[in-house]
Amino acid sequence: MPERGWTYRGVLALLLALAAALPFAAQALDSPASIGIATQMACFAIAAASLNLILGHGGLVSFGHAAYFGLGGYAVGILWEHFRLGEPIFGLIPGSNELLVTLPTAMLVSGLAAAAIGALSLRTSGVQFIMITLAFAQMVFFLFVGLKQYGGDDGLSVRRHNLVPGLDLRDPAQLYWLCLGILAVWLFLLHRIIGSRFGRVLEGVRQNERRMAALGVSTYPYKLVAFVISGVGCGIAGALMANYLRYVSPEMMSWQRSGDIMVMVILGGMGTMLGPVLGAVALVGLEYTLGGLTEHWPFFLGPILLLVVLFLRGGLMGLFGVRRGSG
Amino acid sequence: MAEPLLRAEGLVKRFGGLTATDDLSLDVRTGELHALIGPNGAGKTTLIGQLTGEIRPDAGRILLLGQDVTPLSAARRARMGLARSFQIVQLLDDDTALANVALAVQAHQGHSFRFWRRAATDASLTTRASALLEEVGFDLARSGRRAGDLSHGERKVLELAMALASEPRLLLLDEPMAGLGPSESLRMTETLRRLKGRIPMLLVEHDMDAVFALADRITVLVYGRAIATGSAEEIRADPAVRDAYLAEEHG
Amino acid sequence: MSTLVAEQLLNGVQLGVMLFLLAAGLTLVFGIMGVINLAHGSLYMIGAFAAAAAARATGSWGLALLAGLAAAGVVGMAIELLVLRRLYARDHLDQVLATFGLILFFNQGIVMLFGRQPLFMQVPPWLGGSVEILPGVPYPAYRLLIIAVGLAVAVGLYLLIQHTRIGMLVRAGATHREMVRALGVDIRLLYTLVFGLGALLAGLAGLMAGPVYNVSVGMGEQILILTFVVVVIGGIGSIRGALFGALLVGITDTLLRGFVPGLLRSALPPDQADALGASLSSMGVYLLMAVVLLVKPRGLFPAHA
Repeated sequence: MPERGWTYRGVLALLLALAAALPFAAQALDSPASIGIATQMACFAIAAASLNLILGHGGLVSFGHAAYFGLGGYAVGILWEHFRLGEPIFGLIPGSNELLVTLPTAMLVSGLAAAAIGALSLRTSGVQFIMITLAFAQMVFFLFVGLKQYGGDDGLSVRRHNLVPGLDLRDPAQLYWLCLGILAVWLFLLHRIIGSRFGRVLEGVRQNERRMAALGVSTYPYKLVAFVISGVGCGIAGALMANYLRYVSPEMMSWQRSGDIMVMVILGGMGTMLGPVLGAVALVGLEYTLGGLTEHWPFFLGPILLLVVLFLRGGLMGLFGVRRGSG
Repeated sequence: MAEPLLRAEGLVKRFGGLTATDDLSLDVRTGELHALIGPNGAGKTTLIGQLTGEIRPDAGRILLLGQDVTPLSAARRARMGLARSFQIVQLLDDDTALANVALAVQAHQGHSFRFWRRAATDASLTTRASALLEEVGFDLARSGRRAGDLSHGERKVLELAMALASEPRLLLLDEPMAGLGPSESLRMTETLRRLKGRIPMLLVEHDMDAVFALADRITVLVYGRAIATGSAEEIRADPAVRDAYLAEEHG
Repeated sequence: MSTLVAEQLLNGVQLGVMLFLLAAGLTLVFGIMGVINLAHGSLYMIGAFAAAAAARATGSWGLALLAGLAAAGVVGMAIELLVLRRLYARDHLDQVLATFGLILFFNQGIVMLFGRQPLFMQVPPWLGGSVEILPGVPYPAYRLLIIAVGLAVAVGLYLLIQHTRIGMLVRAGATHREMVRALGVDIRLLYTLVFGLGALLAGLAGLMAGPVYNVSVGMGEQILILTFVVVVIGGIGSIRGALFGALLVGITDTLLRGFVPGLLRSALPPDQADALGASLSSMGVYLLMAVVLLVKPRGLFPAHA
């Protein structure tokens, strides 16, 4: 299998080095804004890679993963708000502006939400599962629209970036490197999970649940754990995004956002390691490019997506000859 | 008499107005190969579904190793030692033949909440998987092929290897010969003969040569009822079987 | 108080029949063709905009009705012919993505044609009055009309599916696609007709919604997601389930919105109570769905047992 080879590892290392060098290129080309765009790409790549775990490898079509993305963002936002006001949450939990506190909190919160929603949604399958994950995400969305003390519809500003020992996140390049580094680590973890015994069961769930039952595997707990892992990943992405935007709002958890994350996975190539990353880069890039040309960019993006679905099976990775199971 | 491995008592399953399984009782004893035959539409598939846990009967109960498993899921029954093959082969078509069997071995080794170590290079899985493939006569040189690209005969054999991976207490084979060429059929018969005695089997099969060559006992199913059970000679001689079954086969 | 309850109950029924009009089409299309169509909400929006624009331009309610139905029907058939027909054999994921693309296209298309400001549509003057449904309880005639139309559609669909040749084919086509084809029925035509019917119902709901809610971009998705809740609760593929689920969701949602903020006001400052009340009542139907799922994972009226 090609992905075990040194060439493959070399290509990955080269890609990572190129990505890490991006801020220098941006400086040289006098285009500081591109660092911000790349940061967004990295955040969405984390979310898309997480969704790919259950979508590409488990065959579970969740249309509600923006909920966990948004919850991760709100964990940062709400902790900041209480830190700023000096009031503990529920009079118990003190606020914080330390990423080493806010990021694990984001993971915990989105993981718990994914556990609750997943436990219910996974009782169904197929098209019902799509509808239910969408509906539960919408429920979370409405909850935050109604939470006026955290800004409701208008969202919540995070005036200052979180603190990280040894880094200054006010510097766009350092924030970008942080996101890129977390993306690389997360991809590696997911890669191990997918190759592990757990990943094999997940692959069995996607390909043939009936066969798994005949082998004596009750798939529900595996699906649930995978669902939670992917929720946690989206929470990480959301927490980083909140640091980049310094702002969180219910829009982060809207159904369109869920659709975007899903589109990234498919556009890039489901069930491949780099596909979701490529998809995130392509979609964010496309939105910026089209957005620079016309304010009506969704009018053109919609048909592009349609064409991708109809004619580009296997996504962009498929164009490079990389398909499910080969990298 | 010792408790049979598998016992079905008074099973009834209706679909709308059709009674697919009609007060059916059946057992599989230790060490025997029990064949289930019947014309098309006799309700064999529905019966298999109930025995394996994919279909819930409307009445009656199923005992596996003396324990009532009627309410248990297919996966639970499989973990108790009931392995099966499918009439329409069920494999992970995107994975290699070896990976398919390795997954079956993995399922038998306990839970799979292991997230780090690579399963593809785990010798405790692949060594055993190769041995199983060899045991059923699968060409090891082709074990790296995608299951979806294998021939029909290879897929049938592969499924048997997966069933054996669980060291089953009882093996339920749903038409293992269906669609095989004459030589493949013979080879499958030989493989089953080797397994016979070691692993008790319930064999659902249309291939009468294979059934009469292998079976210790035969049950004939017609319109959801077991009209006769007995040795090959008894079944051959049974007038009811001749009327109901052979008439259709040859008439 | 009981007056208010009666009024809110009727409002709930009115929302319920609107949801039913959408859910019926969605569930028919899914049950028969196995297609999930996110752009179903877009048809609702297109019906509403076409009717509102026609009413504004001509002042004629009859023309508005025709325009709404025609726009939704034509766009619906076009979607079926150009897009969905290629997706019947694909998995749900591809269908979701393709129709997600359609939503972006239609929403932005409407923005380009009408701008972002909501359109307002008047109730026809001859329906502007109220009817005394109970002694001392007036209720807007227009909303009563919506309820009547919705229930008439329910009866009509029942008759169509149970007692006509098309209905027979629809029922058979859902389970035995090959057999229907073998009978020499043009299944493509059947699909296009069923899809067109679903589109007309969505358009009908949209044009009737105009005078009650705002006609705005995004209205389709708001109601689509509620429609999903309806379909999940009712059981996918079942018209009866769609009707029952729609009424249940409509009434629950309306009653919660009507009474929860009031209850909260006794405990919280008014603006917070209203906002929290609104979000809690928005969450209510999803919690209802969760409870139904716990008890009956396949919905209250599963189509094929």
